[in-house]
Amino acid sequence: MSQDYRLSRRAVIAGMSAGAAFSALPVGSAWAATPTVGFIYVGPKDDYGYNQAHAAGAAAVKAMGVKVVEEERVPETIDVEKTMESMINLDGASLLFPTSFGYFDPHILKEAKKYPNVTFMHCGGLWHEGLPANVHSYFGYIDEAEFLSGIVAAHVTKTKKFGFVAAKPIPQVLRNINAFTLGARSIDPTITVQVIFTGDWSMPVKEAEATNSLADQGVDVVTCHVDSPKVVIETAEKRGLFTTGYHASQAALAPNGYLTGAEWNWEALYPSLITDFEAGKTIPGLIRGGLKAGIVKTSPYTALVPDAAKAKADAVKAQFMGDGFVIFAGPIKDNKGATVIDAGTMRGQTDIELEKMSYLVEGVIGSTS
Amino acid sequence: MSAASLGLWTVPIAVLGGAIRVSTPFLFVSLGELVTEKSGRINLGLEGTLIMGAMSGFGVAYLTGSPWLGVLAAGMVGVIFGALHAAICSLPRVNDIAVGIALMIFGIGLAFYLGKPLVQPRAPTLPALPLGFWSDIPQVRAALQVNALFIVGLVFTPVLSWALANTRWGLIVRMVGDSSEAARALGYSPIRVRLYATCFGGFMAGVGGSFLSLYYPGSWNEGLSSGQGITAVALVIFARWNPVACFGASLLFGGAGALGPALQAVGVTSGTYLLNAAPYFLTLLILVLSSSSRRRVAGAPGELSVTK
Amino acid sequence: MDAEPPRRAALARFIDPLAAPLAAGAATVALFGLFVALAGRNPLEVYRLMAEGAFGSWFSWQNTLLRASPLLLTALCTALPAQMGLVIIGGEGAFVIGGLAAIAAGLRMADIGTPALVVQCAMALAGMAAGGALIALAGAMRHWRGVNETISSLLLSSIAIAVMNQVVEGPMRDPASLNKPSTRPLPDADLIGNIPGMDVHWGLALGLIACLLAWLLMRRTTFGFAARIVGGNSRAARMAGLPVGLMMVIVTGLGGAAAGLGGMIEVAAVQGDANANIAAGYGLSGILVAFLARQHPLAIIPVAVLLGGIGASGGLLQRRLDLPDAAVLVLQGILFVALLAGEALPPLSEWKAKVSR
Repeated sequence: MSQDYRLSRRAVIAGMSAGAAFSALPVGSAWAATPTVGFIYVGPKDDYGYNQAHAAGAAAVKAMGVKVVEEERVPETIDVEKTMESMINLDGASLLFPTSFGYFDPHILKEAKKYPNVTFMHCGGLWHEGLPANVHSYFGYIDEAEFLSGIVAAHVTKTKKFGFVAAKPIPQVLRNINAFTLGARSIDPTITVQVIFTGDWSMPVKEAEATNSLADQGVDVVTCHVDSPKVVIETAEKRGLFTTGYHASQAALAPNGYLTGAEWNWEALYPSLITDFEAGKTIPGLIRGGLKAGIVKTSPYTALVPDAAKAKADAVKAQFMGDGFVIFAGPIKDNKGATVIDAGTMRGQTDIELEKMSYLVEGVIGSTS
Repeated sequence: MSAASLGLWTVPIAVLGGAIRVSTPFLFVSLGELVTEKSGRINLGLEGTLIMGAMSGFGVAYLTGSPWLGVLAAGMVGVIFGALHAAICSLPRVNDIAVGIALMIFGIGLAFYLGKPLVQPRAPTLPALPLGFWSDIPQVRAALQVNALFIVGLVFTPVLSWALANTRWGLIVRMVGDSSEAARALGYSPIRVRLYATCFGGFMAGVGGSFLSLYYPGSWNEGLSSGQGITAVALVIFARWNPVACFGASLLFGGAGALGPALQAVGVTSGTYLLNAAPYFLTLLILVLSSSSRRRVAGAPGELSVTK
Repeated sequence: MDAEPPRRAALARFIDPLAAPLAAGAATVALFGLFVALAGRNPLEVYRLMAEGAFGSWFSWQNTLLRASPLLLTALCTALPAQMGLVIIGGEGAFVIGGLAAIAAGLRMADIGTPALVVQCAMALAGMAAGGALIALAGAMRHWRGVNETISSLLLSSIAIAVMNQVVEGPMRDPASLNKPSTRPLPDADLIGNIPGMDVHWGLALGLIACLLAWLLMRRTTFGFAARIVGGNSRAARMAGLPVGLMMVIVTGLGGAAAGLGGMIEVAAVQGDANANIAAGYGLSGILVAFLARQHPLAIIPVAVLLGGIGASGGLLQRRLDLPDAAVLVLQGILFVALLAGEALPPLSEWKAKVSR
């Protein structure tokens, strides 16, 4: 039940005029005045990763002259419920961006019932039919950028072994690992991706240890899906490995190894959403999109990326930007040999099956349990 | 043997390297805490001291460009926290465990507060010695890329062991720890001796913290310590107040931390959380087996509240 | 227990325990004021905002009380064993394992269609049993093996949290909890609701009752009297024929049960299922509350409200004054340190005695 959400870069810069951007669903709420906007982060907002990407979006909203209130390191407990209420009651916020995935159920759902006049924008794509009309969810198909990272990395590897440091084996993470792997293997099917799960979103010592043991395994490209990629990228740099980034650009941390990366582009999405609120437009319940919608982007290629890699990645990127490119196109086998997507089945980005991903594709070394 | 054919051998090699990398903060905190406990005090606040050390060491290294100045600064901050602990504990009716928890909260809060501007910058890191130069296998070379602080700890361990047993200074610390009455009768002030011993413990914990931010993982952020400081306190008891055993126990705890990722790298993936908790379980087991309700734990200082 | 004291002594008995905390509070206000002043903020503005965020309105009061409720229970996990001279710091583990046991029991009962109240009672019992068993283990190891309870409760707590994480992501994981590993949720009908007329769940009432019961037990029963004798001098207690070991197990078990009940409430009133978020640090804050309350079960109530208020106002400091979230931790740390240092102050009655002498 989702709608593709499209947002061209030019439209953002132009201040989001009417029309093109949103395709409306029946649910939605409208605002005619400038709201006070609250942003809530689960971790520190300067973490070089997940929270920083959202804070950059908040900063872009602030730059529009909108009043923004922010709170960081808010746990997914009663704390976030009370932070939302406090922003509403004491700061007069009418539009909230609780950005952590775990805020949704039960916390946002509880508050949305309690405050029907406040709009809740949740990052995670958990919206479904039947929720209160003031709850919206958004998420980006960052696996598109991961696929491109895989393509780029496949052009520089010598050992044909990649490493992936991940927090937990949950669908969003598995989808990134799989897209990265499929991207790499679209160039060279002999490439394998070794995955290590650290167990939690922010475990610096474990992340460093995981990166080191990957290096010991002989991988020469490392990427990750943890809250703050800083430690992984820096450790890989010390071990002389290539890296691709996540959440935000870590190019500055690894001048000798950083190739490209998968980044959020909240600083484009958030201002456009605010503009629509101010204009009183109806906002869809579920806002999703990838490279084409401008919700995700790739880090600029560094000087380490060969021209052939650029050409190949840009060609696929052009398909993403155009009619679409299907990453999960059957036949796809998981790494235990079972067919998970049948030949001829094309699972496009909006396919709800992809949200339930529980497998690692062929070529990934690791296990989800 | 080529890198590709190492197979399962990568696990012990990775655990060895990981043990060396992960154990250094354990080693420093536990050696310091050992001296503090030998004097008859327990400082549970070392978690806060460790984190303050990590933050201030990183900050000073960033500002001055010298990681060693950072280490020194971290140690000095540790001394301040140790002195604070000792000063409050020397007041009547004050429980050293409670003071430790208080200083843990205070240290963590202060470090997070002052460390906000240090999350983004990068600081110069501590050097490492390539002790694996003799091997052609990159994994072995990487595992034996031993950091300077670990070497310092390695050298310091027997020195401390010897000093505690054979020097006048060591004797005084142990005497104060075993019976403050006896020490007082001989003209030594237990309060002063414990002040020095706790300051030393703080210094070592601060240095241990600076290892986290200046070598491994080598940057400052708020999730840096996953309880290494407080685990090290338990580790001292695990090691029965013996510096050499502390060294071994640090390697064991560090190796346990490295085992999870290393096992996953060869395909063993279940039980991550329980594996991470294994050192705690082991410590508890050792405590249960080695203690007795009738006599005190062998090697335990007589004045130490946690063994009374 | 005591002989009826004369009125003046009664007054002194009331004021004495308050003198040191008040002095510590004043010192904290001054030190933290200095701290924020050094950070370029106006201390008066900081305190005004904190008052507004914690107690400035009915909304703020409810926010404060809601945050105080788990602390009432986790503080008992430290304060009850403290009556026997034990220092227990494993409340976090008891809270977490209590929550896990509660959801396991609750789901089983709900599956066979039991009425909500029965489900909730079963959950409470399971939570209390699990939390109680964990901490009672520390008490038992202390008595029969001489293992220090502080260290063992800390270790047990870490192990309990690891078990919870493993179970939530493994055997008890709801396959439908895709990106946030959790157990199956409780049916809505079985959730604990709010106290009528308030935006605060029933956990607050349970916490208050638990503190009251703990006080009655420890200060108004023979058992409590005996327990405090053990706390004063266990050798004398043993010679008086008291079953010290059994009493230790009971009292540590009760402390753990209180924290376990807290975990059950977190699951049944806040989260609706068990997930990694139930290890949110309430156990750790409970230690702080217990020590600030000088281990007095009734004093826990105002102290928990105070800490709840500090928590409730922390967000406001972030949003209005751009103070880092850690400012709250710094304040708590200073308060804790100041209070412990204040312990050393002689009781007020002794001052008077000195003055008049």
